[in-house]
Amino acid sequence: MIADQLPALQIVIPMLAAPLCVLVKRSNACWAIALVANVLVVINAFALLHQVRTDGVIRYALGGWAAPTGIEYYVDTMNAIMLLLVSFISCVTLVFAYTSVKKTVVTGKHYLFYAAWMLCLTGLLGISITGDAFNVFVFLEISSLATYMLLAFGSDRRALTASFRYLIMGSVGASFILIGIGFLYAATGALNMVDLAQRIPDAESQRAVLVAFSFLTIGLMIKAAVFPLHGWLANAYQHAPIAVTAFLAGTATKVSLYVLLRFFFSIFGPNYSFGAMLLNVVLLPAAIVGFLLLSLVAIFQTDLRRMLAYSSVAQIGYIVAAFCLATQSGLTAGIVHIINHGIIKTALFMSVGCIIYRVGHAHIGSLDNLMKKMPLTVTAFIISGLGLIGVPLTVGFISKFSLIGASLERGWWMVGALVLVSSLFAIVYVGRVVEIMVFRSSRTDTPEPTGMREAPMSMLVPMYVLIGISLWFGISGSTTLSVASEAAAALLGGYQ
Amino acid sequence: MNPLWTLLPPLLVIPFIILFGEKHRNLREGAIILAGLVLLGINDRIYSAVTNGQIVESGEIAILANFSLRLSAEPMGVLFGLLASFLWVVTTVYSIGYMRGHDEKNQTRFYCCFALAIACVMAAAYADNLLTLFVAYEAITLSTFPLVTHAGNDASKKAGRLYLLLLMCGSIGLFLPAVIWIATAAGTLDFEAGGILADAQMSKASLAFLLALCVFGVGKAAVMPMHRWLPAAMVAPTPVSALLHAVAVVKTGVFTILKLITYTFGIDLVSSTGVASYILPVVAFTVIASSLIAFTKDNLKARLAYSTISQLSYIVMAALLATTMSVTGGAMHIVMHAFGKITLFFCAGAIMVSLHKTNISDLDGMGKRMPITMVCFFIGALGIIGLPPASGVWSKLLIAGGSLEAGNAFWLGVLMLSTLLNIAYLLPIPLRAFFKPPATPYTGGWTEAPAPSLWAITVTTTVCILLFVFPQPLINLLGLIQWR
Repeated sequence: MIADQLPALQIVIPMLAAPLCVLVKRSNACWAIALVANVLVVINAFALLHQVRTDGVIRYALGGWAAPTGIEYYVDTMNAIMLLLVSFISCVTLVFAYTSVKKTVVTGKHYLFYAAWMLCLTGLLGISITGDAFNVFVFLEISSLATYMLLAFGSDRRALTASFRYLIMGSVGASFILIGIGFLYAATGALNMVDLAQRIPDAESQRAVLVAFSFLTIGLMIKAAVFPLHGWLANAYQHAPIAVTAFLAGTATKVSLYVLLRFFFSIFGPNYSFGAMLLNVVLLPAAIVGFLLLSLVAIFQTDLRRMLAYSSVAQIGYIVAAFCLATQSGLTAGIVHIINHGIIKTALFMSVGCIIYRVGHAHIGSLDNLMKKMPLTVTAFIISGLGLIGVPLTVGFISKFSLIGASLERGWWMVGALVLVSSLFAIVYVGRVVEIMVFRSSRTDTPEPTGMREAPMSMLVPMYVLIGISLWFGISGSTTLSVASEAAAALLGGYQ
Repeated sequence: MNPLWTLLPPLLVIPFIILFGEKHRNLREGAIILAGLVLLGINDRIYSAVTNGQIVESGEIAILANFSLRLSAEPMGVLFGLLASFLWVVTTVYSIGYMRGHDEKNQTRFYCCFALAIACVMAAAYADNLLTLFVAYEAITLSTFPLVTHAGNDASKKAGRLYLLLLMCGSIGLFLPAVIWIATAAGTLDFEAGGILADAQMSKASLAFLLALCVFGVGKAAVMPMHRWLPAAMVAPTPVSALLHAVAVVKTGVFTILKLITYTFGIDLVSSTGVASYILPVVAFTVIASSLIAFTKDNLKARLAYSTISQLSYIVMAALLATTMSVTGGAMHIVMHAFGKITLFFCAGAIMVSLHKTNISDLDGMGKRMPITMVCFFIGALGIIGLPPASGVWSKLLIAGGSLEAGNAFWLGVLMLSTLLNIAYLLPIPLRAFFKPPATPYTGGWTEAPAPSLWAITVTTTVCILLFVFPQPLINLLGLIQWR
């Protein structure tokens, strides 16, 4: 009975948790409500993934109204992965947030913080699960509005400008997506994704479809922070409360990438997107310049959060490059990297969160000899940093091996070579920080900040959970690879 | 016997090293020696199993869809494993004298990383496929990095940066694409007798390019221009230079190349297509050029480092000549050079500890103060040069024979020229020490190195001579390699 309602519960649970938080208002209680809701959502997502993998695609008519009248939730392996990833990362960062929110967010507003978090989660999950193009936009707005709010909770006043800049960029992106969907509706008369996929081949020659495609591509590129439309990301990541950064880094851009995948492959179909629209001619250079340039830019950052933010844009470049291959192995590599990068980047931002919690800032130059004071945090940073570089036995290796293998298979050896070049930049930007934290002894003229000790357990444990998972996925990469390759097959196969 | 057992002693000893720490130094070092002996015993068991024709292999972990991590023993790996584990014990004994005599800091971290590096070397020695070897190779780089920067001063950090940059850039920028290329071209990364690329239908140009990626990507083999890290790494404490940068780390590099030629490319493919002919000149240049550079170095460890670069290129050359004789010679040279060079490094460290001298020009007349060390240095030098009664002669003979077998006497000429250069830059050191009068007259007695260090030096020197007299077990073991 309940097993049939899982797709709806996935959204309803966090959505109800949000107003509940506002009603309860007490900080700890709100956190507990959010956490319980989140744990339920994780279990739910896990059950969905299992169901999809055993019984195949789930099509769920919301409220019993069948498509095209009602909204349909469409779950295949691809979205099930996204649901699990988003809800899991949210759950872990929520545990992490407890201590850091107490320190950074104004006490009276905690309930709003957790309510916004739940709304953001609802939005992200909704985007991932829905099978209706317009519904994507609705959930996108829910998550975006909640995100602006979460960003503005940053203790620094610059958080407000960062949030406002993201609001402008995000709204532009969302409007573009809305326009795109509007044109599609005008050309085909459908909003349901499955219907759209069926009708687009007949309407392909219409200019409206072409315009819709362009608007959607640009809008989603903004939301996914694909180079050169990544401008909002660095400021947002730097000034947001660090738990929010950790949460968004692992989920928000990844969900937008998922929507890109869904539109390019399932709805328009790879032949149209990459054949007629020459998407790889446009997107691939952007992706490549993105991962090369932004890895280079990351080397010169002075703030740890900013460095990681630019590294995120570079990693998004890898994922987009993998999509552009438009082959089974290329998509598999991209999807695996969505998972892997989501996990390590969240872990990295958590370690930065621990540093900020104790040191009070994340200025790279003043983190001398941190290893002596916070060994566990620094170790976590090193392990996930190695993952960013792609050292064997970390998840990064799995991603890069499959990405380069896929590009060689396609015959684009140059892409593979450039990925390696950018990995070399990653060695430099990770190595530079590690060298300072481990080997540079603190200068005598700067006074020791008081209370320098290891971060509290409530922050360390969730961080190490993620590190453990990343190591597990790194050593036994076939687990994630097999799921990702199922998802890739589902995407390339189109809607049944 | 499961080769995974070889990873256990070095890994299990790490908690004990941390537990005993600085407070119980004797217990700490005793634990390491015990672990070393156990490891040696395990390797010996694997050795007898392999010589009896048994299959020695572990289970596997599927790290990627079609590629897995897996260990198994084959003759070259057994030889390398035995070598590294034996020298680990000897080096630990040596370190006791050296590290205490030199008052080094952070000794616990030093021994931990050392043990970790040995575990990685074992994984490399018994790697069943290229992926496992690559993983172990990277792990060795990372685990030895803290050893290079051990001193923590600016010089060592600079050296560490160079070390990491060259080795990681080489392995991620060149070697990794080669591995992925092999995986896509051959569909497998397993080490198979006769190689896996013969059926891959690759053109000669791409094979040559692939080979170049491998040879230069394996930066640990220190073929020019990827050699700069090795002299830089000499800032590390001498036991590290001795075991890791004369034996374990650098030999992992040449071992990787030997394995690639034998089991991935296949010697028939390399010799029939002649793809190595584009790279051999670079390797030959390395042999000669680094010998010449060694001349100019007055710092003893720096001279030894350049000598190592030259000797490593012998082995790379032997591998690229791709005849059964030359590859056997190359594998044998791993062992022969190891004992010679570790002796020389031990001596250099002993001189540093007891006389506080690092430059060759300061060694005049020091033979009177450290006669045992200097005699051992002489024998070690003979081993490197390849003169009786030291061990290097056999492997050099095989490589020389291999170059004739490959039908090109030019490479033989390179070998001989370099041997002459070896004589010219190594032998003057003990000769000066014994026959040149010191700058300031000295009338005191012997000032030999601490007893544990001296013991270690004598052991490696003795093995050097023993291997000259009894090289047969090595030849028998390497005779088991399946070439086709």
